[in-house]
Order: sequence, then C-alpha cells, then structure tokens
Amino acid sequence: MTAAMMARLADGVPRRTFILLGTLLAALLIAPWIVNDYLLTVLIVILYSAYTGQAWNIMMGFAGQLSLGHAIYAGLGAYVAAVLFTKFGIGPWIGLVAAIPIAMACGAVIGFLAFRFGVAGVYFAILTIAFAEFARIGFDHLGIVNASAGLFLPVAQYAHNDLWRLRGDPTMFYYVILAATVLAFIVCRLLLRSRMGYFWLAIREDEQAARAAGIDTFRYKMYAVTISAAVTSFAGVFYAFFYNNLFPEQVFNIGRSIEMILGPVIGGVGTLFGPILGSFVLTGLAETLNSAMSAVGLDLPGAKEVFYGICLLFVIVALPEGVWPPLARRLGIDRGKR
Amino acid sequence: MTVDVYLNVAVAGVLTGLVYGLMALGLSVIFGVVRIVNFAHGEMMSIAMYIAVLLFSAFHLDPLIMLIPIAAVMFVFGYALQAGLINPFITRPEHSQFLLLVALAIVIVNTLLIVFGPDARSVQTSYAYDSFQLGPVLVDASKAYAGAAAIAFAAALFAFFRFSHIGKAIRACADNYTGALVVGLNVNRLYALSFALGAACVGAAGSMMTLIVDVTPNIGPAYTLLAFVIVITGGLGSMAGALLGGILIGLTEALAGLVFTPSAKSMFAFGVLVLVLLFRPQGILGKRAS
Repeated sequence: MTAAMMARLADGVPRRTFILLGTLLAALLIAPWIVNDYLLTVLIVILYSAYTGQAWNIMMGFAGQLSLGHAIYAGLGAYVAAVLFTKFGIGPWIGLVAAIPIAMACGAVIGFLAFRFGVAGVYFAILTIAFAEFARIGFDHLGIVNASAGLFLPVAQYAHNDLWRLRGDPTMFYYVILAATVLAFIVCRLLLRSRMGYFWLAIREDEQAARAAGIDTFRYKMYAVTISAAVTSFAGVFYAFFYNNLFPEQVFNIGRSIEMILGPVIGGVGTLFGPILGSFVLTGLAETLNSAMSAVGLDLPGAKEVFYGICLLFVIVALPEGVWPPLARRLGIDRGKR
Repeated sequence: MTVDVYLNVAVAGVLTGLVYGLMALGLSVIFGVVRIVNFAHGEMMSIAMYIAVLLFSAFHLDPLIMLIPIAAVMFVFGYALQAGLINPFITRPEHSQFLLLVALAIVIVNTLLIVFGPDARSVQTSYAYDSFQLGPVLVDASKAYAGAAAIAFAAALFAFFRFSHIGKAIRACADNYTGALVVGLNVNRLYALSFALGAACVGAAGSMMTLIVDVTPNIGPAYTLLAFVIVITGGLGSMAGALLGGILIGLTEALAGLVFTPSAKSMFAFGVLVLVLLFRPQGILGKRAS
C-alpha cells in the first residue's frame, strides 16, 4: 500500500475512531482462543453477513442503486468455484479469479440493461429480483451443477489446514472471512474517499444534478454495480467451501438477498460501520432468541422468526437511519452523513 | 400433442390468470396511490387463503360466497396496517419501506406456521372435479367460477373508482398529492382506504385461489414476486393493466409448464418481466412517470 493511500485512509479520522477500530479488531483477532466452537461459527456468520453487507452497501449506500437480488452474485461465485473444484480439481483462489469476472459480467448486464433503458428506483429493484429468481430456477434445471439435487464438495479433513484449497477447521475459515471483512472495509473507505466515491454520493443524492455537473452517471453507476458484484462473488466462494453444499433453491433464494440487506439497513445505509454493527446486532438477536427459546423449553417452529420479525419492525420504526449514525453521534465520532 | 391440449391448457391459464390479475390489482392500487411497494402482498393473500380454508373445513362455507366477508376482513386489516404502521414510512427511502414490509412478511409467514402447521391444506368443494365441455375445450369448473368471480370483483372496483366520490378523491390523491391536500382531502385517511381496498382485492383473490391451489404457510413470497411480475408487465398503477398482465402471465406459465416442465414455469414469467422492463418499462398499459 502506498503512502498516499495510507494518508487517504487515515485522513480526517478522529482518534476515537482508531481506538474503537483497534479494540474491535484486537478482540476479533483473539476471539478464537476465547470462544467455543459454537460461538466461533456464530462469529463466522456475523462476519460473512458484515462482508456481504459491505459489498451491497457499495451499490446502495454509496451510489444509491437499490439491489434486492444480490444473491445472484454470491450464487454465481459459489457455483463457479465449486464446479471448478469438484469437476476439475481447481482450488478456490483460482476459482475466485474465474468467479469475479463472471459476477462482474452479470452485474454489467443487469446494470447496462437497467441504466440504458431508464429502469430506476423500485423498477430497478424488482429487475434485480427478477434476475436472481431467473438464476435460481435456471440453476435448478442446469445439469452441470446437478440441478436441484445440489452440488456437494468433498467434506474437509480437519486434521490439517490447507489454506490454498480452503479445507480446514472453522478457525481457519474464521480468519479468512475476518481478513476479507477488514479488506472490504479498507477498500470501501478508499472508494468513498476517491474521486469516484464523491461522484457516487452525488448520484445518490441527486442524479440529475450530478449529470448537470458533468458526471457520466451511466458509467459510474456501472462501476458501482460491477465492483459490488465482484466483492460479493468472493462471499459466494467462501460460502461454497465453508458449507460444502450448494442448492439453487437456497443459494439464489430471495431470502439470501434480504439477509445481505438487513445488516447495512439496520446498521446504517451508506456508513462503513453500519454493515458490521448491523450484522452483530441481528445475528446476536437471532442467537439470543435461539437460546432464550431453548431455555424456556419452547420448541415451536416459527416462534423464533416471529419474535425476530417483531424486533426488526421495532428497530426500523424507531431508528430510521439505522443503529450506527445515532450511536456515532453519541460516541462523538460522527463526521456528518457520508 | 394435439391442438386441443394446448387450447385446454391455455384456457385454464387464462382463468387462473384472472385470479392472479385480481391479486395484482391490489398491489397496483396500493402502489398507484400510496406509492408503497407492498412486499408482504403474497403473505397477505395466504392469510385470506387460510381464512377461506378454515371457514370451509369448519362450517362448509363455499370460498366463492365467503370471498365477500373475507375481503371485508382483509379490508379492515389493510386499513389498520396502513394507518398504524406504514403511514409514517411514506416519506422514508425505498429500502426502509422494503424492510418494514419484509419484516411484516416474516411475522405473517411464521405466525401462520405456528397456528396452522407446515402441512398443505385445501378446499374440497362438491364441484372440484366438474368441468364444462365447450366444443373441443374442457373447462375446469372451479377455475371458471374463480375467473368469473375475479372479473366481477374487479369490475366492482373499477366502478367504485370511476363513479363514487371517495373513488374520485383517491384518484385525485394518486394524481397530485399536494393538490389533494390543498383542496382539503384527508390524505392519510384516503391512503389507509387505498391500502384497505388493495388488501380487500388480495383477500378476495386468496379466497378464490383456494379453489385452484393448496395453501401452505410459505407460499407467500412466491405470490408476492408473481404479483410484481404481473403488475409491472401490465403497468404499475394501471388497473386494467394488472388484469391484462395477470392473464398474460397466467397464460405464459400454463404454456411453459406444458411445453417445458412445470417447475420451470415461473422462469418464463420472469423472462416476460425482463423483456417488458427493457422495451416498455412503464408496462403494457402503463403511463410513463413524469
């Protein structure tokens, strides 16, 4: 990393933010030695959600393009890497090199069609759902990926960790997703502070005004979609190798897209901390409900989800901006809306 | 396969499509006036379907007769929902509205799961296996009745919006929010009424739908998506467009199920949606937003 990038990264950030970030990172780094296996898996789920939320945030939070079908990029990444691994024995990192351009191409197609033909707002959001659903049903009938029967990766031997082939114990997966989340955070910060980042914010706030100011809005929206798709595709690769099974019905399900959106919206759309905080809040809530349910011996299918939905309603009604912006103001590290 | 087979499937598709159309009409009314995309639409329909199934199994009440009281129940539900929960969100950004309704959908689906369990339920009417012979075409009686009821309900709604004072006031709200405020309309109440009317449509459609498909707690999301596809195909905010879109999508699904495989049928519906969004984003009968 060049000195200029370092300077841009740190520029104008209050000391308190660094202390907060440092503490959080340190806690996450030593977590595997402290928590048990179950909590470690929960942390992996949280970080996965924070990572995908950050990726989605590039499109919606920065450039203002509401995508409700982000599962398509993760799903494509997962399937590309898994097919290369199971059929040709090609490892996940090379698989990622193949997955990224494919996800970007998919994002480019959706973006091109939408932005060229003036499909915006709610219509754009529904177009993204349509593509994800199209992929879901299409993969359900695609022989090379075993259609609806599902694609299975040979289950990892936990005896030794093989980072190159992503086969190993949860601790290894934890550090991989932690590194990815940190990297995504840094990339998003750099993007936000770049020339393009300011163009995105201008487009988000008022697209017509941005165009009047001479910004090629079509091009920068295309950048937002493709970058977001590329970042998301890694999450899919991780998903495939962590869970070792892929079903179109699950991977491309609209539920996956909604899960990606929940973190940043609850945490704070367009903020860098939002996706991370939102993921902690939501997964923490779900897990608390889980243990509370088993503690009172209530084993009713659906009960947990009802409470989850009600809590979600309360948060959305009570905190229009999400959890992070008011918290940041209280902590005194708010630097205005960005 | 002969032409007759195609004709039979096409007629069945059109009749089912009419019920789809009525469901989508509800979404269209809500979006057209309140400007909120009801992401819990299919879930609201599954509530209506469970009420219909319950009334049938407990009292043997025919869903085609019960669609009026069920629509009334959903009307009240919709009114309360808009007035109590959704109204503060009309000025919030779209992703915020989306999440509100998704959270609502989660609550509905899982409440139904708790109350009714995961098994599929259906209505077994005395005419379930009847059919009419129209030349070479064999028309399923349940679908014919459901389709006719859908047309009647939609016609009543058209008449309400065209001729009644309240209908006119709601159209005024949809056309010009500020103008409606200026002439002294109670916009919040009219919004709640619109949402209630949309919910009534979906209630009536749900009641009819029990004649066509079985109900499980998790069918909601698929119908929410279907309603979007239909409404955008026909034109968001256009009432006739919703019905036309319903017929078109019903027909597409039925024929795709016949020619390819039934499990891939909604892929073709989404294919139609993508084509419409690209070449006529405002929908077949929609007007271009200014």
